[in-house]
Amino acid sequence: MAGTWSLAMRPLSPWGAAVPMFHGMSGMSITVPSPTRIAPETDRPGFRLRVAEPIRLDSGVVLGPYTIAYQTYGRLNAERTNAILICHALTGDQYVAEPHPVTGKPGWWDTLAGPGKVLDTERYFLICANVLGGCMGSTGPLEINPETGKPWGLSFPVITIGDMVRAQHRLLDHLGIETLFCVIGGSMGGMQVLQWAASYPERVFAAVPIAAAARHSAQNIAFHEVGRQAIMADPNWCGGNYLELDRRPERGLAVARMAAHITYLSEPALHRKFGRNLQDRQGVTYGFDADFQVENYLRHQGISFVERFDANSYLYITRACDYFDLAAEHGNVLANAFRGTRTRFCVISFTSDWLYPTSESRAVVHALNAIAANVSFVEVETDKGHDAFLLEEPEFFATLRGFLDGCAEHRGLTRA
Amino acid sequence: MSPDSTVAARGAAPPHELREDLRLVASMIAAGARLLDVGCGDGELLSHLVHYKDVDGRGMELSQSGVNACVRHGLSVIQGDADNDLDAYPTGAFDFVVLSQTLQATRNPRRVVNNLVRIGRHAIVSFPNFGHWRIRLDLLLWGRMPMTQLLSAPWYETPNIHLCTIRDFLALCTSDGIKVERSITLDRWGRPFRLNAQGGLANLLAEQGLFLLSRQ
Repeated sequence: MAGTWSLAMRPLSPWGAAVPMFHGMSGMSITVPSPTRIAPETDRPGFRLRVAEPIRLDSGVVLGPYTIAYQTYGRLNAERTNAILICHALTGDQYVAEPHPVTGKPGWWDTLAGPGKVLDTERYFLICANVLGGCMGSTGPLEINPETGKPWGLSFPVITIGDMVRAQHRLLDHLGIETLFCVIGGSMGGMQVLQWAASYPERVFAAVPIAAAARHSAQNIAFHEVGRQAIMADPNWCGGNYLELDRRPERGLAVARMAAHITYLSEPALHRKFGRNLQDRQGVTYGFDADFQVENYLRHQGISFVERFDANSYLYITRACDYFDLAAEHGNVLANAFRGTRTRFCVISFTSDWLYPTSESRAVVHALNAIAANVSFVEVETDKGHDAFLLEEPEFFATLRGFLDGCAEHRGLTRA
Repeated sequence: MSPDSTVAARGAAPPHELREDLRLVASMIAAGARLLDVGCGDGELLSHLVHYKDVDGRGMELSQSGVNACVRHGLSVIQGDADNDLDAYPTGAFDFVVLSQTLQATRNPRRVVNNLVRIGRHAIVSFPNFGHWRIRLDLLLWGRMPMTQLLSAPWYETPNIHLCTIRDFLALCTSDGIKVERSITLDRWGRPFRLNAQGGLANLLAEQGLFLLSRQ
């Protein structure tokens, strides 16, 4: 068991702030996109936008200059009407459709995005930005605070889903994209989609919130709190100061991931995959080794996660989800968040998702109905739980393809 | 019981050819209108109107397979039902609301009809006429629940829980202050035939009734 935990880990170096690509770029200017690949000393693919003009966060703190790390796939058409913004989930990042630069695993939406796929890179221009507070190059607790020369750690301001979207909005200005053809995302990505549609309706032609909710439920908050407490209970967390002390709260973060991972699956899916099967042994060992396959699987999930994720980032991003309550920003009437919208919505949920259940999606649909918005709503039958949005689900893919084709027709997008 | 088994299954006709009664419904809807099709099935009518009449169309359908088929074809359709999901819509949100062959399967037809004329400036409602002579005769002669081409399920598995006659329906409209702008009698294939649909003979001879309603 001890050996399992001491798995060598690639250091999470604070490489982000060191190579600002767009000094003095005020983000407000509408320029032809000419982003440069990130500097060679960081071998990670993608682009980085340095926004000089500070951002006023929901907390009241002013943050800036800041960096948005992003990746694109496909080509922006001459009219700039074919851009799709993909919003990633809690532990996702901008590497949607290419091998992950740290783990080498396929992109997290590789099944959905690529040439000829549903998010067809021969037809659409896909953009995905690492969220503010993230740990794959966008400004977050892992990065160096230019004022102190030390990692931000817990001195990083608390951010919200609204702040993430405001930062993405800057990126669009930089890319010269007036209206997004579509904003799409699952889970926390779906929350960003709803925030986009509420905050910038004129810039969103179509919106696809998947396996999401307009607010975090008490249960959602409770699970996040378990994760955060696991991290903070790790002696290597050191009050959030671990980077300076060259330590990593790997165990805490791994436990947080293990607990969260259970919420992403359904009971039938877990049973189908593992049952009570034993791991490489004939009988139970009457000890606390990973006797069961499901234990081994969860441990593996935990260990592989700490390779690519920063513990403080996990604290900040889970907090952003917890604070999300779109109706609260609009007099406790969700419909008010979307009043007057001309955006075409496609709300998708999954039958076995108990983390963001269909009832949450239906609440969004009812709010949209209340203002007679253009909305489609599909509940996909699957036993794969919340994770279904990351998996190859034929019904889900067919729905999405049909919706996007219909929207493309209305938008006047011709096939490539 | 599968929710797909609403009476006259919609979408039976090949996609290029609109079912007879739906063609009649389509002819009543102005080009470019805002439309809500409640119980839109696989989207046969909706698709026709969106593509040929440039209608800003939305649909609502109970069966998941129907909804998914619609959205796959680029139609804006939500999963929901007339009893529970009409309340959320604001008054006057649509020019037309269509409820075709579904009223008799709702739990609270009165509330549904009133919702239809509230949400839409016009409502188009069609339903099988339980006052048709063949149904009356069936019950009289054999003493069994009548089964016809339109009402094909046996009593123990029919989704139709609130069947009514044309005369019943008109009485409801009168009592609730709903204006009947047009009424058309249809045969079993949904073909209109010349008869005063509000007269007693229609209640005996029509297999279906189709009504254009509005709030008075």
